[in-house]
Amino acid sequence: MLLKKITLAAVSAAIGATALISVPAVAQEGGQYVPGTVYRSGPYAPGGIPWADGYGDYFAMLNERDGGIGGVPILYEECDTAYNNDKGVECYERMKNKGPTGASVFQPLSTGITYALLDRLRSDKIPMITSGLGRADATIGSVFPWVFTLPVTYWAGADAITQYIKAEEGGSLKGKKIALVYHDSAYGKEPIKTLEALAVKEGFQLDLFPVPHPGLEQKATWLKIGRQLRPDYVVMWGWGVMNSTAMKEAAAVGFPADKFIGVWWSGSEVDTVPAGDAAKGFKAAQFVLPGKDFPVLKDVRTHVYDKNKGMGKPEEIGSVIYNRGIAAAVLSAEGIKVAQDKYGKKPLTGEEIRWGIENIDLSPERLKELGLTGMINPVKVSCNDHEGGGDVIMTQWNGTGWDTVSDWIKPDRDGYLRAMYEESAMQYAKEKGIEPRDCSKE
Amino acid sequence: MDFLYNLLIDPLVQIFTYPIFALEVLIGGLLSGVMYSLVALGFVLIFKASGVFNFAQGAMVLFAALFFAGFIDTGLPWYIALLLTIGVMVLLAMTIERVVLRPLVNQPHIILFMATIGITYFLDGFGQTIWGSSVRVLDLGIPNNPMEFGGVLINQFDMVAAVVAGTLVAALAVFFQKTRVGRALRAVADDHQAALSVGIPLKTIWAIVWTVAGLVGLVAGIMWGAKLGVQFSLAMVALKALPVLILGGFTSIPGAIIGGLIIGAGEKLAEVFWAPAIGGGIEDWFAYMLALAFLLFRPQGLFGEKIIERV
Amino acid sequence: MLYREAGQFKTTYSADQQIFPILQDRIGFFVTMAVAFIAIPMFAGDYLTQTIFIPFLVLSVAAIGLNLLTGYAGQLSLGTGGFMATGAFAAYKLATSFPDLNIIFVFILAGLITALVGILFGIPSLRIKGFYLAVATLAAQFFLLWLFNKVPWFTNYSSSGVISAPPMSIFGVFVTGTEASHTAKYFFLLVLVTLLALAAKNMVRGHIGRAWMAVRDMDIAAEIIGIRPLQTKLAAFAISSFYCGIAGAAWAFIYTGSVEPLAFNIDVSFRILFMIIIGGLGSILGSFLGAGFIILLPVFLTNAPHMLGLNIPVDIISHMEVMVFGALIIFFLIVEPHGLARLWQIGKEKLRLWPFPY
Repeated sequence: MLLKKITLAAVSAAIGATALISVPAVAQEGGQYVPGTVYRSGPYAPGGIPWADGYGDYFAMLNERDGGIGGVPILYEECDTAYNNDKGVECYERMKNKGPTGASVFQPLSTGITYALLDRLRSDKIPMITSGLGRADATIGSVFPWVFTLPVTYWAGADAITQYIKAEEGGSLKGKKIALVYHDSAYGKEPIKTLEALAVKEGFQLDLFPVPHPGLEQKATWLKIGRQLRPDYVVMWGWGVMNSTAMKEAAAVGFPADKFIGVWWSGSEVDTVPAGDAAKGFKAAQFVLPGKDFPVLKDVRTHVYDKNKGMGKPEEIGSVIYNRGIAAAVLSAEGIKVAQDKYGKKPLTGEEIRWGIENIDLSPERLKELGLTGMINPVKVSCNDHEGGGDVIMTQWNGTGWDTVSDWIKPDRDGYLRAMYEESAMQYAKEKGIEPRDCSKE
Repeated sequence: MDFLYNLLIDPLVQIFTYPIFALEVLIGGLLSGVMYSLVALGFVLIFKASGVFNFAQGAMVLFAALFFAGFIDTGLPWYIALLLTIGVMVLLAMTIERVVLRPLVNQPHIILFMATIGITYFLDGFGQTIWGSSVRVLDLGIPNNPMEFGGVLINQFDMVAAVVAGTLVAALAVFFQKTRVGRALRAVADDHQAALSVGIPLKTIWAIVWTVAGLVGLVAGIMWGAKLGVQFSLAMVALKALPVLILGGFTSIPGAIIGGLIIGAGEKLAEVFWAPAIGGGIEDWFAYMLALAFLLFRPQGLFGEKIIERV
Repeated sequence: MLYREAGQFKTTYSADQQIFPILQDRIGFFVTMAVAFIAIPMFAGDYLTQTIFIPFLVLSVAAIGLNLLTGYAGQLSLGTGGFMATGAFAAYKLATSFPDLNIIFVFILAGLITALVGILFGIPSLRIKGFYLAVATLAAQFFLLWLFNKVPWFTNYSSSGVISAPPMSIFGVFVTGTEASHTAKYFFLLVLVTLLALAAKNMVRGHIGRAWMAVRDMDIAAEIIGIRPLQTKLAAFAISSFYCGIAGAAWAFIYTGSVEPLAFNIDVSFRILFMIIIGGLGSILGSFLGAGFIILLPVFLTNAPHMLGLNIPVDIISHMEVMVFGALIIFFLIVEPHGLARLWQIGKEKLRLWPFPY
């Protein structure tokens, strides 16, 4: 018995050791390596899965249709982070040196992981796109050369939502009450600063309602909102189970769904469908529109799903988060393409792709070429502006699908957001001892 | 000074100025508490009969809900899905007894506790391997519209949940008091050795207890799943049940209900009236602090068995 | 034959009382040290250092801390994550308020602050026992995380509530921040861990460790033979929290570089509890073995399908990983409830005779 135990221990130790030695042994043949730090498990998996499917399907489509980007095949590989920061870091470390030229660009889809990677990206020289998530002040490219916030940040999102409410209320928010229900984490806290600034500027009253992770219980919050405070609008920065719970509780206290507006991570089918009737009328801001008829999705269907190579189910195509995954992949791919135009059609390093992303210009013509017209508004990135000036649009859930209820809204970046980004970025630079680069020289 | 005023005086002023609202919060809290009790009951059953602190109860809630919702999604009528899920839970209980509990007999409590955490991980992974991690809708057809009784708002869904919990407790009480198996269970809970010596088969009894706990988990899973959608986060309701458990005592079924009511009402009132003074979002730790405060006076919980120590 | 202590005579008390009284153990210890200080930095690449050795060292400190409290003093705690967070945030406040303070003092002070917090949350242990105490320590876990999340002072009013470590150096070499090399971080941690582990080993051999064990085995009996439960239990909480605090600070400053409070959530507490159970309750060596096991297992499980050449979707891998993790935990508990440290002991017993049957 004793001997058996020891042999057992020795064998497992040996297996463990082999596993570690043989770690970096995947896909070394020629091509551009694209890592996918996604989450298909863990508490936020329902939202993570469609995004991961969209992100992966787009690269699969490029490989099938065009043989990759500029003739260079894409080596796409996923790593499951489970929305967990440590696992995200482990994925990053594992994937950053894979492929012939290392990882091209990371998109972690988690504000927490974004924060954990900031320092590492700088020393490893790999760019990161935080499309509609992450640190808003990373827009200041002189301080954050490796991070790209295109097409919109949370701060811009908060501004656009406020603009929409203002238009709905006939042009003035004076004396109105707006409540913010937010996921009590780095992610949920992002819009507070902007909304506070807006509250002063527009003269509305802002009330904050933090919901602790994971957000199973919100009865107290909603009793307070629906029965005592009775605000004119509720804005939500939620994720995961918190979203559908909030919709149900809002309906249970009789708060009108059409005065309830979620940020893009709070407005998707995975939130509204479980909430059932309670979600009817709920509004959400989007920077990528849902819909099945965009030409790019047709290509995904014919080149990927008809060949049974899709990552998800075909019904998922066109849903909010799936389309957002597609758009995110387009941004990565476009960065690689722009970089190829300058550095040649071969597998490129992270540093070269960084240049490419910094020079992305998704003009209306380019969007048409890509088959994205109407799904996302034009974006143009520059050294100083890593956000690229994307727009936000409001949608409303009708019980089975999303209706567009506004035009594309341009966040008021020139007015005050830019100054806020700069102030926050400079403070970060000071804390970290970063010397901002001079964008006028590039 | 302002802070103290906000913390000590303002909440009381609020409560007396808006008595109806305070009543709504209180009722809402009590009803939430019942939902916690549903989960806590499963813990109590197993601890009572086998002394195992079964951390896997939360995972069993998720597991049962996943199977039930999954079977329904494959197009089966609900009663067949229910029967199949019950079958799965019985099988699960027997497997756990055979594979985990039997080899670990006579080990210290902490080892068994750790083993149940192992079960938690296993069930989380197993359930999702089979049914995936996407959220599943479980519609019981319970209306969710606001309903007022004399100006006091009451959540219909929670009312139904309370009725379900009440029925469940009544059924458990009958089961424990009136049936042969129930008497055997109580005997085992009192004294394993004595029970063995009068011929009660301990292994069978444990399998039965885990089955019953699994069924309680199924009820909790269906109620919570109808409320939130069936998804991985359901497993986390266990963390809401733990303060209920220590407040009521690990070994008492009425304790789980009363504990749930106290915790539910306490945390909601605190969140609504006291939290604004200190920043909000206090529900999570407040429940534990409240339970801790009770424990300082009764270290075995409100209804737990008195701890007698001998040297 | 290999592990024979016969013939090793002790002629002084100090020789009899050394940490490793047997020659082979001493050799083993020095070989381990040599591997850790020379071989690993020379041969381990970036990936191994960054994702395995550094978190291993950090979590071993936390595991030692919890093992002192749970394994030696018998107080089951699920608040480890909260105490680690306290260490991390205390270190951050200290490092940003006093930029000239050496990182060593930052860590020690952070540990001391955590020790105070630990004493505070240890007070209920005088009255509450067993699982009631375990659940009650969750109050510490949730409260502390809420506090750091909620009070902007702790994060220097950062809008997102995330702290990131300022670059800090020791003897002119950066050990935190972007400029710090993996090797520098590793060496700094290694020295820290070695010192802390030796301190812990000595502590549990001394009167305080014996007092803890007496309280663990039966606190009323311990009280009767003259051990004061108040001081003993609170000391266990304080010292355990000191270790956890340093581990938290090292986690935030050296491993991830930036954390939000959620990084120290309840899963961390469970992971560390697993480490000491798998490693062996009441064993310093066990804390290291357990930490190694719990860190390597997921990495191994993630990479195993690749090794076998299977192409399994990542979600299935993730779920299987969780499943296998749970199953292995149960398996280990059944095969050897006293942990890897006990296996090691059995191995030594065997080696005493091996290769001869008697």
